[in-house]
Amino acid sequence: MREALTLEGNRALLARANPLAKFSGVVLVTVALALSIDWVSASVALVFEVLLFPLAGLTPALLWRRGWPLILAAALGGWSTAILAPDRGRILVDVGLWSISEGSLQLGLGFLLRGLAIALPAVLLMSCTDPTDLADALAQQARLPHRFVLGTLAAMRLVGLMAEEWQTIGMARRARGVGSHGSPAQRARAMLGQSFGLLVQAVRRASRLAVTMEARGFGGARRTWARQARFTGLDVWVVLGGVVIAGSAVAAAVAAGTWNMVFLGQQ
Amino acid sequence: MNADDVRPAAVTARGWGWRHAGRSRPAISGLDLDISPGERVLLLGPSGAGKSTLLHALAGVLGEGGGADADADDADETGSLLIDGAPPRDRRGRAGLVQQDPETQVVLSRVGDDVAFGAENLAVPPAEIWARVGEALDDVGLGSLPLGHPTSALSGGQKQRLALAGILAMRPGLLLLDEPTANLDPAGVLEVRDAVGRCLDRTGATLVVVEHRVSVWKDLVDRIVVLQPGSAGESAVLLDGPPDRVLAEAREMLIAAGVWVPGHVPATRARSAGGTGQGPEPGLEAGRLLLAAESLAVSRDRPRRGGLRTRFRAVPPVPVQEGIAAQVRAGRALTITGPNGAGKSTFALTLAGLLAPVAGTVSATTDLSAGAGIDPYAWKAQQLIPRIGTVFQEPEHQFVTGRVLDELTFGPRQLGRGADRVDELLERLRLRDLVDANPYTLSGGEKRRLSVATVLAAHPQVLVLDEPTFGQDANTWAELASFLSELLDAGTAVVSVTHDAEFSDVLGGDELKLQGAAA
Repeated sequence: MREALTLEGNRALLARANPLAKFSGVVLVTVALALSIDWVSASVALVFEVLLFPLAGLTPALLWRRGWPLILAAALGGWSTAILAPDRGRILVDVGLWSISEGSLQLGLGFLLRGLAIALPAVLLMSCTDPTDLADALAQQARLPHRFVLGTLAAMRLVGLMAEEWQTIGMARRARGVGSHGSPAQRARAMLGQSFGLLVQAVRRASRLAVTMEARGFGGARRTWARQARFTGLDVWVVLGGVVIAGSAVAAAVAAGTWNMVFLGQQ
Repeated sequence: MNADDVRPAAVTARGWGWRHAGRSRPAISGLDLDISPGERVLLLGPSGAGKSTLLHALAGVLGEGGGADADADDADETGSLLIDGAPPRDRRGRAGLVQQDPETQVVLSRVGDDVAFGAENLAVPPAEIWARVGEALDDVGLGSLPLGHPTSALSGGQKQRLALAGILAMRPGLLLLDEPTANLDPAGVLEVRDAVGRCLDRTGATLVVVEHRVSVWKDLVDRIVVLQPGSAGESAVLLDGPPDRVLAEAREMLIAAGVWVPGHVPATRARSAGGTGQGPEPGLEAGRLLLAAESLAVSRDRPRRGGLRTRFRAVPPVPVQEGIAAQVRAGRALTITGPNGAGKSTFALTLAGLLAPVAGTVSATTDLSAGAGIDPYAWKAQQLIPRIGTVFQEPEHQFVTGRVLDELTFGPRQLGRGADRVDELLERLRLRDLVDANPYTLSGGEKRRLSVATVLAAHPQVLVLDEPTFGQDANTWAELASFLSELLDAGTAVVSVTHDAEFSDVLGGDELKLQGAAA
């Protein structure tokens, strides 16, 4: 949990790119894919994304470990669309209430691919972006208030500690005779007590950390940055990459005639 | 040449006092003190004399950062406290503070960034910051670490040295250390002390350090100031002078105040049965085997759900220590020692039925289990506490109520028996006057005594303690050691994880030495 806050020696190309550039690239792809439910645009984007994995230092195993909830959610969304969407075209499977037709299968597949194509860039971004670099870019380039950004960054480090603290408090309470067994009501009570214990510790730790930061001069109006967040040539390519992925996805779908604007009518 | 940048700071206090918000009495009052630039001062005194309050005030952080002082309007300052003739708040960066808890001394997740943080806040030009960072890391002996090294991978002693480096990079004229080594093992204590010594020699900065263990700092400081708890009209400074003179003049008083005076081991009750357990057994029960560990491998991590490759079977975590064998016997002490990271606490928690073994077994004999089954980890909490009691390193983790008396009666209430013992514990561990207090507001020594008392209220046959003497003053130390020696004679088994050789000498018994990390 605590290691998740650094990149564990990820030396991949994309890890060196500016977080804001990466973020813009991801936004471009996501927006393009959010416009249409169709399997062509989603598959084109997916292919590009899979090709980008090595550049972000991601392997399929790592991807699964970090992104499995998103991947499962996309699969589930696709499946339920396939069985629940109104039938169009030839019926492929019919089990009473549930039926899968060509039309609903296509829609479901579109949903699955689109879910994946939108989820993967987020996983990609998180696995090649160091939170400290992100904070630097947000404060220096996006001009968010540095007190807020650095405060959040320091607090995030405590989140990892809190996971350990939760385990310790759980053990410490068991050693006092507070069981986590029993009826659901008893368990809920035990959980509540443990949460309270954690809250108390979190507040105490946070106030000590605040004193530490204050004692190191944090909170003045002016500060310098030892790490200068800047854009480089690489970042032009990153944004361009986003444009290319989004553009080719849309173009392929339009060419294939599957482009299917979701929000048409509202725009 | 950069040492020239550091201008040692002077401290002047005139009738200075501070009352924390929401308190009726001042934490410190009537302080008159002059510290000249470059002086090195050790601040001593009983708990409640306002030592930490003074350091926080000098660091300019009093009334900041939430906690009891969140509402600073209600706090009250009297007299004047000045650094180089100005209030500390107006002298941002002139003083640097290192506190006790290593975890909250680290701000950022990479070593270099963390050291740079203070200098950035003082708006030092970036190019100069990195020069300072390298220099500061060299000064504290962490120069061999890459700047991108994760701070979470550092030991306690390294974290404290990192905090010191972060302060040094600010080039302060005044170093303030508030019990910087209280949570460290002996090796860590020396690491930090030596790093401070090197930095002072190089920069010539003024030092004010608060610490109970005089022997650690005695040779490094050139002046000792003893504070006394404030009462109106009386001076806050009880004694002031060169270390040898103060220690000679005030020896008895310091010992009475619980200060660790060099060459003095607090008197404790001797084991009547002989510490080695070879003497006459005090009762029929002593020496009986209660709990045994065999080829035990331990880890705090839980088994992880595996992926495709392991066909989704649970993957056991990598143990921090393996192949441990130990026996816990009634009326016998077992001391677990070894370097940091050897898995001592993890082993103790596994032995105590709080963590599941990764491999091997912990088994209770029928004398201990009394029908509850062989595996302590499988016991219900109510079955566990009358058999094995565990005192955690941080007492606050174990507090479950908002009142001292409720804490003590909590265990007996869970069990439905044993409330009669509470009165005796209150008396024995001097908690009588605190029954209505909130456990979180107690002093460090009081919290420790309370946490031991609450666990003992359930009358466990085996008592497991994790670093019970860390950061304790000499009085609490002696009380604790004497009390445990009494328990041992009465037939309780005592297992303690400790670096404190004097403490294990008092308890006697066996030592289990764990080697460095299994990896």
